[in-house]
Amino acid sequence: MEKKLGVFVCWCGSNIAGSIDVDLAVAEAAKLDGVVHAENYMYMCSDPGQQLVKDTISEKGLDGVVVACCSPRMHENTFRKAAGAVGLNSYLLEIANIREQCSWVHQNNKPLATAKAVSIIEGTLDKVKENLPLETITIDLTKRVCVVGGGIAGIMSALDLANADYDVAIIEREPAIGGHMAQISQTFPYFHNILELLQKKIDEVKAHPRIKLYLNSEVEVLDGYVGNFNVTIKTRPAFVDPAKCTACGKCLEVCPVSVADEFNRGLSQRGAIFRYNQTEGARIPVLEQRDCLHFVDVEDVEMDAGAGEKCTACVDVCPENAIDLGTIRTFNEEFVGAIVMATGYDLYSPAKMPEYGAGKLPDVIDALAFERLLDPTGPTKGQVLRPSDGQVPKKVVFIQCVGSRDPERHKAYCSRACCMYTAKQARLYRQQVEDGTAFISYMDIRSDSRDFEEFVQQGMEEENLVYIRGRVAKVIQEDGFLRVFTTDTLSSRQLEIEADLVVLAMAMEPKAGIRDLAKKMNVTIDGDAFLSETHIKLYPVESSTKGVYLAGCGQSPKDITDTVSQALATAGKIQTMFSNETLIADPLIAEVKNDVCSGCGICIDICPYGARLMNDFTRITDVNQAVCQGCGACIAACPNKACELINSTSRQFIRMIGDFAGKAEAV
Amino acid sequence: MKTVISRSQVKGDFVSKVAEISGENFFNCYQCGNCSAGCPSVDEMDLLPSQVVRYLQLGLEDEVKNCKSMWVCAACMMCHARCPKGVDISKIMEALRVLRLREVGAEGHIDVTDFSDDYLARAPQIAMISGYRKFLPL
Repeated sequence: MEKKLGVFVCWCGSNIAGSIDVDLAVAEAAKLDGVVHAENYMYMCSDPGQQLVKDTISEKGLDGVVVACCSPRMHENTFRKAAGAVGLNSYLLEIANIREQCSWVHQNNKPLATAKAVSIIEGTLDKVKENLPLETITIDLTKRVCVVGGGIAGIMSALDLANADYDVAIIEREPAIGGHMAQISQTFPYFHNILELLQKKIDEVKAHPRIKLYLNSEVEVLDGYVGNFNVTIKTRPAFVDPAKCTACGKCLEVCPVSVADEFNRGLSQRGAIFRYNQTEGARIPVLEQRDCLHFVDVEDVEMDAGAGEKCTACVDVCPENAIDLGTIRTFNEEFVGAIVMATGYDLYSPAKMPEYGAGKLPDVIDALAFERLLDPTGPTKGQVLRPSDGQVPKKVVFIQCVGSRDPERHKAYCSRACCMYTAKQARLYRQQVEDGTAFISYMDIRSDSRDFEEFVQQGMEEENLVYIRGRVAKVIQEDGFLRVFTTDTLSSRQLEIEADLVVLAMAMEPKAGIRDLAKKMNVTIDGDAFLSETHIKLYPVESSTKGVYLAGCGQSPKDITDTVSQALATAGKIQTMFSNETLIADPLIAEVKNDVCSGCGICIDICPYGARLMNDFTRITDVNQAVCQGCGACIAACPNKACELINSTSRQFIRMIGDFAGKAEAV
Repeated sequence: MKTVISRSQVKGDFVSKVAEISGENFFNCYQCGNCSAGCPSVDEMDLLPSQVVRYLQLGLEDEVKNCKSMWVCAACMMCHARCPKGVDISKIMEALRVLRLREVGAEGHIDVTDFSDDYLARAPQIAMISGYRKFLPL
């Protein structure tokens, strides 16, 4: 039976009516096949405009509607809801975009613009004629969350979700949670003691009955889809049994290994068995298999469990028998409905800046190393001392934007936090070393948050920080000094500074291994490997995969304030999702014609969402309705034309193209 | 000293010519000063390399045309190697020299016959070649 169709043409004020003759468009539309009603209105999306659509659907018994107006991204939902309210299946209403794709781009030719608008309406009518009434798809929802990364972002997100009474699993690669925040001494702009702030949160996490911690762990495999993820977690062996260990520290003394301590950025040495950091939670030692003499030349612990001749000094000395070098890695599974990616950052390697001598000159250090010097529990007990000779440096040069804002050789982006932490570090240095001088090499000062600008100004005014505008060309060691060659573009002078210590504010970059992880999680990354959000303004914490959310520096460089805001946003988003019993998905997805599909499997490889699976019983492919986003990749790839997008079939589209391009033969 | 900047200056013929000959977009430069920080010839320059680029951005033709820096530049290309924005200042300096040489015409160039045979015998060939490109008679 032929559908009774209605056409509603919107003026959009003068946006459409200015370049399209809306009366003529209505007259032409009314002549088209199947159209029983056509009219125009100044603002169809307004309440009276929507009422007009609703009333007409009811009065004339329309079973297909075309609203010719702006982009469907603007008001498709509006009108579909309106149609649904009066009993017309929402999917029988379509938008004909005559604003962005017609009136705005053809402002100087009203007759042609009008003709084009009519053909767009005609094409959309042809689509509606073959549209099927559809119902939304219901998906099960597991109300548990997996947080990848136990830095401050992961901690804050997990705590909020756990306090909302949801089970949370935190997966942390390192032996302790806290992330980079645990390396930092004080905050800007208020000099809060970080260890105190962080310790409180770490304790809360550990004590929370809803939170399960997976330390030394990584995501091995991710299966499933929004509401129904299955995360396989690989946990490296800890070797030390926390139930037996009394944290006496005897093993630390006997370990013959001495390597640079990563947590202290190489400012101190540690054994293969060591305390990961200074937080209360890390009192129990961890054993790094990579450094341990017991595991020399062994790739896989499992293969070597109980090797005989090799070093067992720590095992032998442990009075509690808490160390078992035969421990093997374990795998666990977590079924969750949502995932938070709080993967964090690394500092760009200073070794990539040979002109600054980093890595070769002991007194050229990166900003996190300087934080370790400022930390009262750090390698120097909070005293700023030069790594080379342990002397108090009297002249310190802080260099900003190292590796950042350098599209030619390093990172094009601004790392955002460096301006502020450099000001903080220089101020803390000046507060500690009264007769010291702090020079800061900068290009621009980006202090765009509450009390940030005041914080920097105060540093200049009260702590006499010397800001020098210009990038440093090189740093060399000569006559017992570090010579810093720079320029002051404000006075147009080439400068040379003799310094005792140089601190590099290295660019932030995404955590090592993020590319592999992003692939596993099916999350898109940008050119710099930061995790991409769906929309920078409106969907800032949603990843490209439904149910996977982003927080912290894995998404882009940011400070603790912004990281925490984002972490709490992910918790809010997930709670909103969990307020439903089930999830609802759009039915505009791919379907397979069972009698045409040959089971070649091309669609499985091509699907960017992993929505296509081979049915082992029928040997043809299925569409996972919850995962399919209706992108159409499989339709284009299918050699047999066995895939179709529901309500966007090839048949519909060829007819539409015919209407648009001048009546090509429809098939 | 007040300088008035007009649109015709910023978008002027001189600036376009420098851009065309050098093939460099000096609006890429964000004035970090790294070129000036590392330039080995700055001692003899009146304008820092970064200043030359800045003056070009503002279209300050007279200042740039009469600067010493373009003649001092040894085209060692240290600035280009370190520039975070990939601006090749040695090409800009060369463009400025070319424009100046065109302006003074053929008779303004040095003449090789003005030098003594003894000097010519001692002068490295490459110095003579670059002398042709760079030096005007005093």
